[in-house]
Amino acid sequence: MALLVSLLIGVMVTCGVYLLLRARTFAVVMGLIMLSYAVNLFLFAMGRLAATAPSLVGLTGAKDVAADPVPQALVLTAIVIGFAMTAFAVTLALRANSELGSDHVDGAAPDSSAKESAE
Amino acid sequence: MNHWIILPIILPLLSGLLLLLGGRWAQSRKRLLSLLATAALLPLAVALLLQVGDGSYRVYALGNWPAPYGIVLVLDRLAALMLLLTALLALPSLWYATRGDDGHSGHFHAIFQFQLMGLNGAFLTGDLFNLFVFFEVLLIASYALLLHGGGAARSRAGLHYVLLNLTGSSLFLIAVGVLYGITGTLNMADLAQRMAQAAPSEAGLLHAAALLLLLVFALKAALLPLYFWLPSAYSAASAPVAALFAIMTKVGVYAIVRVYTLIFGAEAGVLANLASEWLWPLALATLLLGAFGALAAGTLRGLIAYLLIISVGILLAGVALHTTAALGAVLYYLPHTTLVSGGLFLLAGIIRGQRGADEDRLGSAAAMPWQATLGVLFFIGAIAVAGLPPLSGFIGKLVLLSAVAPGPQQAWLWSVVLGGSLITLIALSRAGSVLFWKTTGGASATVTLDRQQLLAATLLLLAPLLLSLFAAPLLAFTEATAQQLHAPRGYIAAVLGAEGPLSLVATQEVAR
Repeated sequence: MALLVSLLIGVMVTCGVYLLLRARTFAVVMGLIMLSYAVNLFLFAMGRLAATAPSLVGLTGAKDVAADPVPQALVLTAIVIGFAMTAFAVTLALRANSELGSDHVDGAAPDSSAKESAE
Repeated sequence: MNHWIILPIILPLLSGLLLLLGGRWAQSRKRLLSLLATAALLPLAVALLLQVGDGSYRVYALGNWPAPYGIVLVLDRLAALMLLLTALLALPSLWYATRGDDGHSGHFHAIFQFQLMGLNGAFLTGDLFNLFVFFEVLLIASYALLLHGGGAARSRAGLHYVLLNLTGSSLFLIAVGVLYGITGTLNMADLAQRMAQAAPSEAGLLHAAALLLLLVFALKAALLPLYFWLPSAYSAASAPVAALFAIMTKVGVYAIVRVYTLIFGAEAGVLANLASEWLWPLALATLLLGAFGALAAGTLRGLIAYLLIISVGILLAGVALHTTAALGAVLYYLPHTTLVSGGLFLLAGIIRGQRGADEDRLGSAAAMPWQATLGVLFFIGAIAVAGLPPLSGFIGKLVLLSAVAPGPQQAWLWSVVLGGSLITLIALSRAGSVLFWKTTGGASATVTLDRQQLLAATLLLLAPLLLSLFAAPLLAFTEATAQQLHAPRGYIAAVLGAEGPLSLVATQEVAR
């Protein structure tokens, strides 16, 4: 399970970073979303992965394994903050698109890329 | 428990909420409430500073949960100094803003208060994840403040600023996650204790987490490869917002000082002082490139933004030296540069209003009606920020330069700081002579000057005079602060109790 989760997080981070480096705001925002999902999973996994651990110590009498509540609390906070920030980034990207007339992250595509597309 | 410590967070929070509720109030009422709430922070910060002036620590356990399980606020000399600096910068900036820059949308004052809450919280917290939360609070408020007033330039700069900082937040969380996964704690004092006992097998991961944190803080502080967002963002923001943002880069510097003296400081075992080798060359390069940027800037606001970058270079170079004397000099230079940069941003806003269509472009234009007054203020600000005697910039740099021991470090620091100062001086003289002397034609009579705005800018630009007058006691204080920072055992003992609950955490670890 650890391998699967780490692979999953790794793939999501890779996709997120790739999308972040794109030139269009839509792709960049998608990249941010991917990255924040990966980060949330990563934080959650930092409490150690255990499928059968009870959420409270002492419920089953098994005192040696219990789910760590702190990463869960951290993830909840991170999800809320990440959600709000994503909403803000989407709004800002839309506003920039309408004000600058382009969805390029720099407000306008550089000349070189315009030439390339013309060729 | 001493409840005063949480007031710098609660007060802006409550006044911000009240201002949100009263979104439809008359502007004058909102201005009054916002000004009162910000002004109240000033005596509060002074009172807190006096409490910890003797070198003691004040710990506030939120919800009365004991550390390291609950979140603590820790007040020491550095935190109190930063609180006072925030209040000193915020009040004139807000005063300037109430003269017209707070219009356009109804929520400027509410967002301003939330920004102050985030800043104060970041300075007070003793918990790494809580630091992340307060970073987010101050960032989301800063996004809104930066975009306040609208316009294409702000949208373009704001997009870069927001996207970069969102990415930075993700990296912050990854670093926090790694640290928690290995040590099982997020309390800074507890982390410091655990770091000292870290096994060499864990050093690699901890090293990665520590450098990720450094990356995040360097992004906030605008260190070399990560400063390119700053000039466009700060020159796009309205004048009072840019003035307040002068402290935003210092939040990054503060976080670096706090985390890399406390958690990854000299006593961190295998991870001791790991930030220095990165900070030292990058800080010097930041200083130099910032100076060239200042020389090349096309607008006054762009020039001041590059001056901020130069100051970050000087501050972090001092931090990288890892000596008490250098850190003391840095902590003296920090309030100086923050207040002067804030004052210069306000002054640039006034000059921009005076020059009409030419704004603050560094080129010849019609003379300004208030040429002489503004010229004198600019002269004071320029002398202070370039580090010429007799103002505090000179004292700060002198103490920093004399704090470095002879050797290659001294050669590097002296040549880069002095060379950078020379280039800054050239850039400022050029800007001043173009703005005030190279005028084409007489002043237009229609332009008016807002005396209150001028007074707000003057207040901030008077700071270097006061900082120079009281240089000796201030330097003694910052020296004591640096000593306190370089003896993290006091901090750890204050938060965790004399014996420290390491045994408790250790049993928890075994159970896991």
